[in-house]
Amino acid sequence: MIDYLFAPFIEFSFMQRALVGCFAISMSAAPIGVFLMLRRMSLTGDAMAHAILPGAAIGFLISGLSIEAMTLGGIIAGCLVAVLSGLVSRLTSVAEDTSMAAFYLISLAAGVLIISLKGSQVDLLHVLFGSALALNDEALYLLGGICCITLVTLAIVFRPLVLECMDRLFLQSVSRLSPIAHFSFLVLVVLNLVGGFNALGTLLSVGMMILPSAAARYWVKSLDKMLILSCILAIFSCYLGLLLSYHVAWPTGPAIIMILGSFYILSFSFGVNGGLISFLVKPKHLSA
Amino acid sequence: MILSCSNLTLGYESHPAVHHLSLSINKGDLLALVGPNGAGKSTFLKGIMGQISPLEGSINLLDLDRSNIAYLPQLNQVDRSFPISVQEMVALGAWNHMGAFGRLRSRHKRQVSSALRQLGLSGFEQRMIGSLSGGQMQRVLFARLLVQEAELILLDEPFTGVDSRTTQDLLSMIESWSLQGKTIIAVLHDLEQVKKHFPLSLLLSREPIAFGETNQVLTEENWQKARQFNEAFDEHANHCGTH
Repeated sequence: MIDYLFAPFIEFSFMQRALVGCFAISMSAAPIGVFLMLRRMSLTGDAMAHAILPGAAIGFLISGLSIEAMTLGGIIAGCLVAVLSGLVSRLTSVAEDTSMAAFYLISLAAGVLIISLKGSQVDLLHVLFGSALALNDEALYLLGGICCITLVTLAIVFRPLVLECMDRLFLQSVSRLSPIAHFSFLVLVVLNLVGGFNALGTLLSVGMMILPSAAARYWVKSLDKMLILSCILAIFSCYLGLLLSYHVAWPTGPAIIMILGSFYILSFSFGVNGGLISFLVKPKHLSA
Repeated sequence: MILSCSNLTLGYESHPAVHHLSLSINKGDLLALVGPNGAGKSTFLKGIMGQISPLEGSINLLDLDRSNIAYLPQLNQVDRSFPISVQEMVALGAWNHMGAFGRLRSRHKRQVSSALRQLGLSGFEQRMIGSLSGGQMQRVLFARLLVQEAELILLDEPFTGVDSRTTQDLLSMIESWSLQGKTIIAVLHDLEQVKKHFPLSLLLSREPIAFGETNQVLTEENWQKARQFNEAFDEHANHCGTH
């Protein structure tokens, strides 16, 4: 049994690398996801994940499967789309969700087209669904770096960011940090999506943000507990997903996301904090 | 004098919402801002906060820093599903002392618990704001104002959707602020309330209709004038020539 649970990570260095890389993503993407959820921006995260694809694809077109080029391309494209869709929805009369959806469909199509110009089906699959089992040194440094930047930045902008989500008018009345909090948060979202796509691919990396936080809110009420629980869920799912992919030979990215998905389904069914079960089991009411 | 406006015009996309307003407000004034819907009352408060800049004219703060103004927007501006406790929410009132990064000192903690006690919220410290009623939430926001210790307090429809008992408690809070020499400007709709508790009034209907002692401002004649002025927003209005 011990063998079954730990041996793959002791024996094979590619499993160790995958584990370290996924832990780094979990530690940074999960807290970002909590704020995305609380700002009701889950779909925005999804749209931005797709928007990264053409940028990474252009990097791929120029220099093949090189981490630096694809990362840089992804960051540029992500920031561009975040700004553009904000502008479009502010300047035209179309609501932001519509312009987001439009942008992400265009980006997805453009990205897939660009990659098929030069690459094979395998390259396309790599970009779309990642390859957690083939993380090289550069990728690990990138993931570790993004994790550090994210946690430090979140610690610095925490209080303004909370107010930006909850009571922006108050923040604006006491300080000028509102745009800084908003913009640095968007940059963190892009960074984490770009980091995540090395391991999980552009389509799945947003899952590391949304699913842990969506599950965590069914169990705890306060923000700090939500942040911690979502991290733990993400880390545990990565471990389980890698284990499954080793023993059952599932593709790693989808395995991790499916485990997270099962936690989410369990949570909304049985979660004590507004899960389905709390509607079925009526608690005895208090006397006052 | 704490605040003066001269020929102030505020608006959105060059359409005036407040038009040619000149007045001065003294320290310690307790002023009610009344007028029909769409008369520019909230816009005026946003202008004082510096959240929109004047299309024409100016707002001058005298011996008063923006950080010394507390602003309570209309109730629905707070996302009440956000997981934050009553205590944390009220403690944010100490922002001017702790800023974005400083820690909450024991002096502030004492202020927070005293504010909660004064507004009848003792025992609610750990409750999430999402589980509060509308009236309780407004008490929480007033407690945060109390911790802010501002010199000028702007209240935008503070009693909308609040029951009469809470309204009474909040009104007496406002009166005690006024006794401490703080200046208060409140947007209100209940004219009986204004007559009873607010010595000064400004009747606004995009143009200032009347400003001064409440019983001279809130006359039937002035209200008729206000209704006439409050015409629909004209998409093709000409540029304003009167100065």
